[in-house]
Amino acid sequence: MSLGLTVATSVFYALSLLFYIRLAIGDRRAPRSMATLLLVIGLATQYLALLQRSHWVHSVPYDDLYGSVSLLGWFLGVIYLGLELFYRQPAVGMFVVPLLLPLNWVGLHRAGATAASAMTRGNLFALHVTLTMFGYAGFALAGLLSAAFLIEAHGLRGHRPGRFLWRLPPLETLELLSRASVIVGLLAVAAGTTCGLLWQYRLQGRILVADPKVIATLVLSGLYGLYLAVWGARNWRGTRASLLCVLNLLLVLFSYTAVNLYFSRFHRFF
Amino acid sequence: MRLLLLGINHRTAPLELRERVAFGFEQARRATETLRQQLAEELVILSTCNRSELYVVPAEPGEGTFAPFEEFFTRFFGVAAEMLDGCLYRRRDLEAVEHLFRVAAGLDSMVLGEAEILGQVRQAYRQAVLWGSTGPVLDRIFQAAIDTGKRVRAETELGQRPISIASVGLQLAHRVFSDFRHREALVVGSGEMAQQVAEQLVHRGVRSLWMVSSHPERATVLANRLGARAVSWEELPGLIARPDIIVSATQVEQPVLSRRLLAEAMEQRHNRPLFVLDLGVPRNVEASAAELYNLYLYNLDDLSAIVEENRRAREQEIPRAEAVVAEQLGKLTAWLASANSEALLASLEQHLEQMRQQVLVRHAAHLAQMPPQTRALVDALTRELLDGWLSAARRNLHRARTWRQKLERLESLRELFGLDRDHQ
Repeated sequence: MSLGLTVATSVFYALSLLFYIRLAIGDRRAPRSMATLLLVIGLATQYLALLQRSHWVHSVPYDDLYGSVSLLGWFLGVIYLGLELFYRQPAVGMFVVPLLLPLNWVGLHRAGATAASAMTRGNLFALHVTLTMFGYAGFALAGLLSAAFLIEAHGLRGHRPGRFLWRLPPLETLELLSRASVIVGLLAVAAGTTCGLLWQYRLQGRILVADPKVIATLVLSGLYGLYLAVWGARNWRGTRASLLCVLNLLLVLFSYTAVNLYFSRFHRFF
Repeated sequence: MRLLLLGINHRTAPLELRERVAFGFEQARRATETLRQQLAEELVILSTCNRSELYVVPAEPGEGTFAPFEEFFTRFFGVAAEMLDGCLYRRRDLEAVEHLFRVAAGLDSMVLGEAEILGQVRQAYRQAVLWGSTGPVLDRIFQAAIDTGKRVRAETELGQRPISIASVGLQLAHRVFSDFRHREALVVGSGEMAQQVAEQLVHRGVRSLWMVSSHPERATVLANRLGARAVSWEELPGLIARPDIIVSATQVEQPVLSRRLLAEAMEQRHNRPLFVLDLGVPRNVEASAAELYNLYLYNLDDLSAIVEENRRAREQEIPRAEAVVAEQLGKLTAWLASANSEALLASLEQHLEQMRQQVLVRHAAHLAQMPPQTRALVDALTRELLDGWLSAARRNLHRARTWRQKLERLESLRELFGLDRDHQ
């Protein structure tokens, strides 16, 4: 990936973060839309960086772990941007953008060359991978929003709203945003997994779910399904549901790193 | 500039005196009419519960004196001059402008950064425009003051964080619920604090409001006034699970809302969040209720601490607000400097010369065919024509008998030739 574009992306993300923080601490001199604008530019430059990386390695970004992590960060930024524009809540940006910064840099690395099979070049396979990653990004965003919820709820219950709590969205909105992210994530993962299974069926004439990645995805989907179920249930709504969502985020990170690093050989069907 | 400010406010006079010299709508209209006929070329009266101020461009030539306006004040309100001794403040020119800017910014308010004053300044100015008592000086100054107020509110946190118990309580409720229009509320009590909170809840659009009090008749009157529903004490336990916001501000020996009662309510609500404000002394809500899941309980001490913190935060914003005031004052000073006719005439000369050069360039082909003497003549003639216009403009400006007349002529020149307003 181009160092220049990566640096430019980082600069835009860092500036965007700066404006999000200024908004959060109530510095009203900062134009409200500046943080969002910088984030949009950052996402555009990261897209170009990922595109360039693909040209250089003659493969898609998710061909190796580093590229796929960088793409995950990009998806995370895109989903967040969509939610911010839809719900007009820029205050959460300061929780999301710090994660985009390191994920952007990861893309500079390149794993040892492994010849990608021609089978991995089809549309169905591309859909399987990108949709699943998009879903994971939705889960990650839900985790961050839930973390913001926990911080705000802790401040409110502890009667210490502090300076920046007044700038956060209400708890109700944070829950709503988190729930929306989980729904987006679940739908994308469901669609992505279905594409993957169809692709496997086309390839091998059978569907096999007994591999670590599929199992991790199913477990995560189950846990997020549980989150949605308990969201409206008695005794769980609020802090407990948010805590579950944050724990799920840890599992997402585990699935994305450990499973990809150590068990990915089981997830090859060609 | 010849601007006078004569005023009285919460810092200089007690409430009784402020009440006596407050201008109601009709009084302000009469005072404006009288002063315009006798003493003032331009006038705006700013009257709020905390201040009565006259902003005047005096009609008399020279710098102008306060004495006739002080006399008017005492005569108009029928108060003895001695009563006003030491209570009236007097400012002149830029000091008066700075005072108005600080007022519009909320820096001179009893409650630092209060929002209402900007609306009151705007209203006073609009009224004066309607009555035809403003002119180029006060138009410019009041518009700049309103801009200053807006900028301070947009660029600083001076008026952002609430500093009254009721407002802080409800702002905290807003941290839990995004929109009160989908929420129900219950107010226990009918005293001043309960009334204040109930009014704010209605103002913020709460979907339905119940009121319960140990004085049912008072609760009924208040409920009728606010479009709420009064309920009896006996109905309270059955009702407690419905509201999302409960405010209790009544005087009782024992807590009105026990932990057990609230726990049952939370059970019935399926743990949907409940925000409880305990504004009673002694406390109306059992303190241990704060441990209940998804219940947010704030008592007077908690709120007082936040009010104090917010007040300090507002005070910390004073330097930033003062900086905005100083910047706006700088802009106005620049405008005043541009009211110096020589600066504007220089700008006009430059503008006209540019136009002359453009004409000469446009006709360069024709001019090139002329003999050098004719070309020099054309150049001299066009230059003379411009000099003639400039001399006429200069003469007209110098002939202006009043400051107002001069400013009007300068404004006309600026607009006719599209010269920069803030040009120095």
